Amino acid sequence: MTDVQDISSSTAAKKETMPKITFIEHDGTVHTVEAEIGSTVMETAQRNNVTSIVAECGGSCTCATCLVHVDEAWSPIVGPPSDEEEDMLDFAFEVTPTSRLSCQIKVTEALDGLIVRTPAYQGR
Amino acid sequence: MSEAIKTDVVIIGAGPVGLFAVFELGLLDIKAHLIDILDKVGGQCAELYPEKPIYDIPGIPFITGHGLTEALMEQIKPFKPTFHLNEMVTTVEKIGEPLFRVATDRGQVFEAKVVVIGAGGGSFQPKRPPIPGIEPYENKSVHYAVRKMDTFRDKRLLIVGGGDSALDWTLNLQPIAKRLTLVHRRDEFRGAPDSVNKMRELVATGAMDLKIGQVSAVEGADGQLAAASIKGKDNAVERVECDAMLPFFGLTMKLGPVADWGLTLEDNLIPVDTAAFETSIPGLFAIGDINTYPGKLKLILSGFHEAALMAQKAYHYVYPEKRLVFQYTTSSTSLQKKLGVA
Repeated sequence: MTDVQDISSSTAAKKETMPKITFIEHDGTVHTVEAEIGSTVMETAQRNNVTSIVAECGGSCTCATCLVHVDEAWSPIVGPPSDEEEDMLDFAFEVTPTSRLSCQIKVTEALDGLIVRTPAYQGR
Repeated sequence: MSEAIKTDVVIIGAGPVGLFAVFELGLLDIKAHLIDILDKVGGQCAELYPEKPIYDIPGIPFITGHGLTEALMEQIKPFKPTFHLNEMVTTVEKIGEPLFRVATDRGQVFEAKVVVIGAGGGSFQPKRPPIPGIEPYENKSVHYAVRKMDTFRDKRLLIVGGGDSALDWTLNLQPIAKRLTLVHRRDEFRGAPDSVNKMRELVATGAMDLKIGQVSAVEGADGQLAAASIKGKDNAVERVECDAMLPFFGLTMKLGPVADWGLTLEDNLIPVDTAAFETSIPGLFAIGDINTYPGKLKLILSGFHEAALMAQKAYHYVYPEKRLVFQYTTSSTSLQKKLGVA
């Protein structure tokens, strides 16, 4: 890994302005957590111990182990994957039309309330 | 089994840190053999992010994973390391004070005074698709690699995936298979355009089949596959009879055999001291992402530092009778001679 390990949670952004993201794991465990604007959904999962997001490559869109299934209502707001991400989705399993790699979803104000589901297995 | 290769140091893992260890050892006249499970050097830099920029190598504002690997290979050239690629270390045994016997999955044996584990996140191994009930078929009729093409002669083959591995094996095995079906989740392929075109031609002439969908179930008995179910985009399920299946979903890092080498691991990492990055077994070192110590950061630059200190201690095991005098490459003629610049 080349990235500096980020152990600080956000102190810069004010809490009331932080979007909330809900992760629903395959076993039904629900995590509703605050996300820092500009960070990624994958980073948000890792900071909050959502362990079903593996993110082996650390967020460089090269491993397909941070797969999420975006809630259908949210899918149009989150948008489709880039070509590069679509290629990498070939290495994921049980891909659906709303599947995304969470390291490629940047948190914005518009994503406040986002719901994603995580798979039972990310490939390891 | 071939005869044991005797060397000063065996480095397990040819990632950036393992490569730089060759440099630090080489300056101290220590010879090294490197063993890596991948078919190329560079480790994660080569496998996970060859084109991605790295911004935190000291003195190099920007370099790609591939670029860093190339530069390290150039830097260690004077020391002529020997590489054993496509090979996984299975056992490390202590047989002397210190002397180690290292064996690989290809039956090669090494004897070395020092072993350096630079295995990063572990060994890269094929991703196994989460198809319910696939386990009994694995390595019998479901294979994640092709060791011998002849295994698949006159068989009905299912190849799954859309990358270069899937396409290359489709093209290589189609002529000898009884019938080959390629299964991919979409009608677009990320593999080399030339391979994609060749595959499309074979489909157009009826020489092979292409199905768009994802394998959702397998059936058979006693490890012998009989058929697979393919779920298409419209969720319709099609059953395809087959004798063997080859899924190609890329690689993932697994700790692998490291756990069996007599070391007490912490969260799948190897505890080391911070004076020499040596494990609890004298002569057995661990450097880079695979080790842990108070304050550890998984950075390439930390691994480089660890390699330098490891080499100082390794010297005492390799040359117990000699005294090590610390020298700089900027001023030492003897070091410059080793580098071929003096």
